Amino acid sequence: MNSKQMELNEVEVWDGNTCNAQALRQASVDVVAAYPITPSTNTVENYATFHANGYVDGEFIMVESEHAAMSACVGAAAAGGRVATATSSQGCALMVEVLYQCSGMRLPAVLCLVNRALAAPLNVNGDHSDMYLTRDAGWIQLDSFNAQNAYDLTLMAFKIGEHMDVRLPVISNQDGFLTSHTAQTVRPLKDEVAYNFIGDYVPVNAMLDFSKPVTHGVQTEHDWHFEHKAKQHAALQAAFPVVEEVFKEFKELTGREYNIVETHNLEGADVAIICLGTTYETATIAADELKEEGIKAAVVSPRLFRPFPLTQLAQKLQNVKAIACMDRSAPGGTVGALYNEVAGALINTEARPVMRNLIYGLGGRDITVHELKDIFRDLAKDAENGKITGKIQRLHGVRGPELSFYEL
Amino acid sequence: MSKSIKDMGWDELVPGAALYSFDSNVDYLMAETQPEDRTYCETNSKNAYVGDWRVIKPVWNSELCIDCQNCWVFCPDTAIISREKEMKGVDYDHCKGCGICVQVCPTNPKSLLMFNETEKNEDALTKWPEKKKKGEE
Repeated sequence: MNSKQMELNEVEVWDGNTCNAQALRQASVDVVAAYPITPSTNTVENYATFHANGYVDGEFIMVESEHAAMSACVGAAAAGGRVATATSSQGCALMVEVLYQCSGMRLPAVLCLVNRALAAPLNVNGDHSDMYLTRDAGWIQLDSFNAQNAYDLTLMAFKIGEHMDVRLPVISNQDGFLTSHTAQTVRPLKDEVAYNFIGDYVPVNAMLDFSKPVTHGVQTEHDWHFEHKAKQHAALQAAFPVVEEVFKEFKELTGREYNIVETHNLEGADVAIICLGTTYETATIAADELKEEGIKAAVVSPRLFRPFPLTQLAQKLQNVKAIACMDRSAPGGTVGALYNEVAGALINTEARPVMRNLIYGLGGRDITVHELKDIFRDLAKDAENGKITGKIQRLHGVRGPELSFYEL
Repeated sequence: MSKSIKDMGWDELVPGAALYSFDSNVDYLMAETQPEDRTYCETNSKNAYVGDWRVIKPVWNSELCIDCQNCWVFCPDTAIISREKEMKGVDYDHCKGCGICVQVCPTNPKSLLMFNETEKNEDALTKWPEKKKKGEE
């Protein structure tokens, strides 16, 4: 634990980046490698301030690119340290090669990913294309809806990833600007409480343990590469009970409840929107307002994007008649990833709801309560007819004539 | 590690494809312990023979060698066996036949020379060249 502690108020006004930085400080990270990029810059900037003022005992390495940042993290983690970094968009894209190294080497690093659109065209605002880019990298991915979530989940990311059944790196996602730059009231834990919750870092096969020399980053060909990947997949699947346990412990500590699949008004709902990030909270407002119109609307969001909670989602969605899967990333010639995942969860279930795929909010385009209410109304019609009117996929909110694809 | 790594299932492998170098904790001073006295793991590169890549091999002539250790320093595979600063020979299990040891050998004639892999070492020693005179290429 850091030698100097910070006096925090019971309620602080923090933006998402501050939440990340405070969580990293409280976790007493050994090494943070930093190559700042909008909108995650303030995460490492705040952390650097804590470091300069003596609130952090670990190392703060300034590197020459995001590729180097993640490489430094992998090296430090292999050496036996607790490591973290933050990035967004193009930086994340540059990190991708090393993300696979990190998860394949089973190093429980934490990456604070502040979601932003991928170029071109260049855009600093939020969408989920960088989150989607990393989805097969073998990292556990947590998703926050607001600043409080960002703080809580970044803290929990350490505990989940470092669990002996898991030993995998974790990405803590938050929406660029919407969460990262919007100051909200956050209830932080005391330094000591937060650190004790996560616990001391226990390295496995540390390179700096000279009494047991070990080779990291080895080559495996057809003879056992497959087996290692199988082991990695098994560890990702094993993360579900660990996440549940950590969420439960966190609830006992703070009273704040987290679920693998977050739902709002799901009881008796006919229609549901499935989305990630800040849209969840906007959609809950829309769903509540629609009660007056007699539309039983629910909002569902997987708290984990990886491992994807297929079984849990399928159980939750059994009584829903129509679903809109909202993907905040350019679809690139197919349906959105979330639609794909949810379809995969529901295809073998008895009651298969009709499903729309909405591509929305690219490059920071806003989605409003008003628009979400319209989407729910469309879904209500689908539920009534038992089929989708029009095409399956629609690019919602794009200027010009309606753009939609994939007819039944 | 009791089971051979080739017989291991996915659930038995060390996570992260980490390879242990030694069978147990190293409680001796590595620098003072000769390679043959160390307890290697199955997964150590010591046990991974790569000498079969070779098509030509270095042959060592002990009568010409001055124990300068140049070959030992430059060998990229630590395939030169040296004990107490004395050249002992070539580890053919790990030598890949790159010929760097021959290049850096300073004696006249060279005390290490490359021969065809199929050549027997004792036959090779009979074919050693004469000492070159000054100015001779």
